[in-house]
Amino acid sequence: MSDLHNLSVKALATLLQTKEVSAVEVATRFLARMGGNPHNAFLDIDSEVTLAQARASDAKLADGTAGPLEGVPVAHKDVFVTRDFDTTAGSKMLSGYRSPFDATVVQRLRTAGMVTLGKLNCDEFAMGSANENSAYGPVQNPWDTARVPGGSSGGSAAAVAAGLAPAATGTDTGGSIRQPASFCGITGIKPTYGRASRYGMIAYASSLDQAGPMARSAEDCALLLSAMCGGDIDRDSTSLDIPTEDFSASLNNSLEGVRIGIPKEFFGEGLAADVRAAVDGALREYEKLGAKLVPIRLPRTELSIPVYYIIAPAEASSNLSRFDGVKFGHRAKDYTDLVDMYKKTRAEGFGNEVKRRIMTGAYVLSHGYYDAYYLQAQKIRRMIADDFQNAFKQCDVIAGPVAPSVAWKFGENANDPVADYLADIFTLPASLAGLPGMSVPAGFGAGGMPVGLQLIGNYFKEAQLLNAAHRLQQATDFHLRQPEGLQ
Amino acid sequence: MSKLVQGYEVVIGFETHAQLSTTSKIFSRAPTAFGAEANTQACAVDMALPGTLPVMNIGAVERAIEFGLAINAHIAERSIFARKNYFYPDLPKGYQISQFEIPVVQGGEVSFYLEEGKETVRKTVRLERAHLEEDAGKSLHEDFIGQSGIDLNRAGTPLLEIVTQPDIRSSEEAVAYAKELHKIVTWIGICDGNMQEGSFRCDANVSVRKPGQPLGTRREIKNLNSFKFMQQAIDYEVRWQIDQIEDGHTIQQATVLFDPDTGETRAMRTKEDAADYRYFPDPDLPPLVIGRDWVERVKGEMAELPRVMAERFVKDYALPEYDATQLTQSKAVAAYFEATAKACGQPKLASNWIMGEVSRRLNASELTIEQAPVSAAQLAALIGRISDNTISNNAARQVFEGLWNGEGEVDAIIEAKGLKQMNDTGELEKIIDEVLAANPKNVEEFKAGNAKALNGLVGPIMKASKGKANPGQVNALLMKKLG
Repeated sequence: MSDLHNLSVKALATLLQTKEVSAVEVATRFLARMGGNPHNAFLDIDSEVTLAQARASDAKLADGTAGPLEGVPVAHKDVFVTRDFDTTAGSKMLSGYRSPFDATVVQRLRTAGMVTLGKLNCDEFAMGSANENSAYGPVQNPWDTARVPGGSSGGSAAAVAAGLAPAATGTDTGGSIRQPASFCGITGIKPTYGRASRYGMIAYASSLDQAGPMARSAEDCALLLSAMCGGDIDRDSTSLDIPTEDFSASLNNSLEGVRIGIPKEFFGEGLAADVRAAVDGALREYEKLGAKLVPIRLPRTELSIPVYYIIAPAEASSNLSRFDGVKFGHRAKDYTDLVDMYKKTRAEGFGNEVKRRIMTGAYVLSHGYYDAYYLQAQKIRRMIADDFQNAFKQCDVIAGPVAPSVAWKFGENANDPVADYLADIFTLPASLAGLPGMSVPAGFGAGGMPVGLQLIGNYFKEAQLLNAAHRLQQATDFHLRQPEGLQ
Repeated sequence: MSKLVQGYEVVIGFETHAQLSTTSKIFSRAPTAFGAEANTQACAVDMALPGTLPVMNIGAVERAIEFGLAINAHIAERSIFARKNYFYPDLPKGYQISQFEIPVVQGGEVSFYLEEGKETVRKTVRLERAHLEEDAGKSLHEDFIGQSGIDLNRAGTPLLEIVTQPDIRSSEEAVAYAKELHKIVTWIGICDGNMQEGSFRCDANVSVRKPGQPLGTRREIKNLNSFKFMQQAIDYEVRWQIDQIEDGHTIQQATVLFDPDTGETRAMRTKEDAADYRYFPDPDLPPLVIGRDWVERVKGEMAELPRVMAERFVKDYALPEYDATQLTQSKAVAAYFEATAKACGQPKLASNWIMGEVSRRLNASELTIEQAPVSAAQLAALIGRISDNTISNNAARQVFEGLWNGEGEVDAIIEAKGLKQMNDTGELEKIIDEVLAANPKNVEEFKAGNAKALNGLVGPIMKASKGKANPGQVNALLMKKLG
């Protein structure tokens, strides 16, 4: 079969279980597509490792011990540590770093039978909205190689959009799954904070970081999410001790009478007309499916930007202290003493955006500023979470744009970090509240670039989000479209 | 009123780091055993490898609860772990997980007895807090030329940092407090108390002031790892501070180290280069929630505390409070006392012997009570022979000596040394009559009203009986004959 790379996770899983294709065949097909590293999506590929895993999957399929996703390939964002591939987090600091253990998410997907294709490019330490901050070069958007794929899970989004992988893992701290999924026309979900273990995920902002799947459809995301989630309390204290859930079970539920909240603050002046048109189109589809649109307010939406850009850098400044040249990772070659070693190592190893956030974070935590910045930000963060709870009294799901515009061209915001920060406005509120959120292809805007619809659910309502996304995908075909020449 | 030094009042606060006796680390499952080959007891979490996260060791929390209960403190229902950020090679994460604003143990007090002149006074030091935190690794500067080695075996070992109010007023009080605290943590078994291996490390914040003045600027003496150095270091520091002030200098806040070789303290860093630790709540660890049921369960499982046991000794054995406190310095001493008291039925005599002869001999030969060659049963038998008038107190000391040297059991030693008191009235009367006849002058003087003249008679009688006469009996017979 020559079009294996166009098949969904679900279709591949079925073909593998019925032995119509072998895991080695599937892996070989994707490895061939990955040759030459199109779009600079991958940071580490090792076909020997991938094929060995595929052969093991074929053995399990043969002897009846196969997992539900046995033999289906997946690629991991490079912030998940892996034993069989290098893990760099997109940073020179960890160039060539090999972890002695697999992240829990990686391990769980392996247990489900998935075969690892390699590691995916991303913004350095997951800091960025355009994948322009990777030490290993930017990722191109498969829909227009002159444009950014979004970030920080840019490699993940581009790989799925370009048919280099049927699915990928991503991480979302302030929108890093939803925004690149939107920019690349794929589907991605960030579950409730604590659903997926953070063990083995290189920490950016611990109170916000959350792993999630990125694939073409909600149906595929449901399959991966069911395998990824589950309590891991012996290794991650913030992991929630709740049973695993089959997110595929309720995909086809009716949307009749479902109340979709439309936050006024998501449809203001900053929203580009083409994005608004696509989002409105998707909302009209929902009405056709029987859902009711309800106007709601999320009054502190704008404040989510300063709040996020205080809390996330504060945590990052501390989380990244371990990269000091002493134990692992980069160490400067010439230095005069310990402090000089620290300074040179970190100056050489970190990129500009990472340094900017470390400095911001150290500043807001420093003596005399902590109360004015960090503590204030935490208070407003709680208010933002409360605003959502008020909104969920009036609606079941919240819908709006993922980002104010379609993917921009390389270099447009390169010298203006604040412009990048402002573009996160619609994804930050759900991150700060720890709510599940997803991006669903909703149409196309300027330059034929994809537009994503954001769905936000209440805590633990991932199944409801996936149900809403799946019903939309049953009624539309935006998620099935592929970039020209990459079919 | 506290004792002044050259007209200055000494003010001391203590910070003690007690390593908790868990088998695994506070946030990982790596073992905590001391003395293993470098970096063999550090797992991925202890080495801060990318992607690792801390998970609270419940055993460390239980030990903190036990400590809180032992010192009558409040156990916080909700306490917070915070990150203390600083760069050092033996601090793998670049921050230490500690507790800052809301510690697990709040308040409490430690009381102890102190000799002041001829008096024994009771002193109470209030505690500010005790919080859980992780230990750092060790930097090894000696073994490598031009380089430093890092051993992360100790990294992540659970610590309880115990902080007092500035209630201590002299180096003697400081040592007494430290000994009492050491007793408590080892008694309840939350810490092995090994000061050489760094299981129990004390820092003293020392300042001086004229009485009635506000607190002076303090200097912190780090790592006082023996009770002896503790006193020397504080005494030196107090003199140094007073000299500085008397010479017209002001004290700068600083951290100092005590050098046992020179007997001096030396500043390591001053306040100006103090780091900004950028404390903030650790987002990797949820608040530590301790329900009352947990506290009650721990309480139920705890061994009898020293102060509770002391109260019981006062009540059940009618001991003075001082005796009860001395006998509860360690579980072993307390057990030795109880066994002796129960076997001989003379608690006060048992207490006197243990605090006196037994403790003197143990100190002289640097033995612990567990190593004492005289068992509680033997001591009880000895006390029994005193109370049934078989031997005198003087003779008992000789029997004790015999027991200590392993010369056999009590009765055998009495027999062998011929220490049995002369309880035969006839024989004693004969001796008395002889002595009276030989000392007519004393007899006359006594009869004339000089009571002291009796001593001149008792001495020769005891001598003639070779010490076996019962002094009480001698007195009674003399009074009869001379009356």
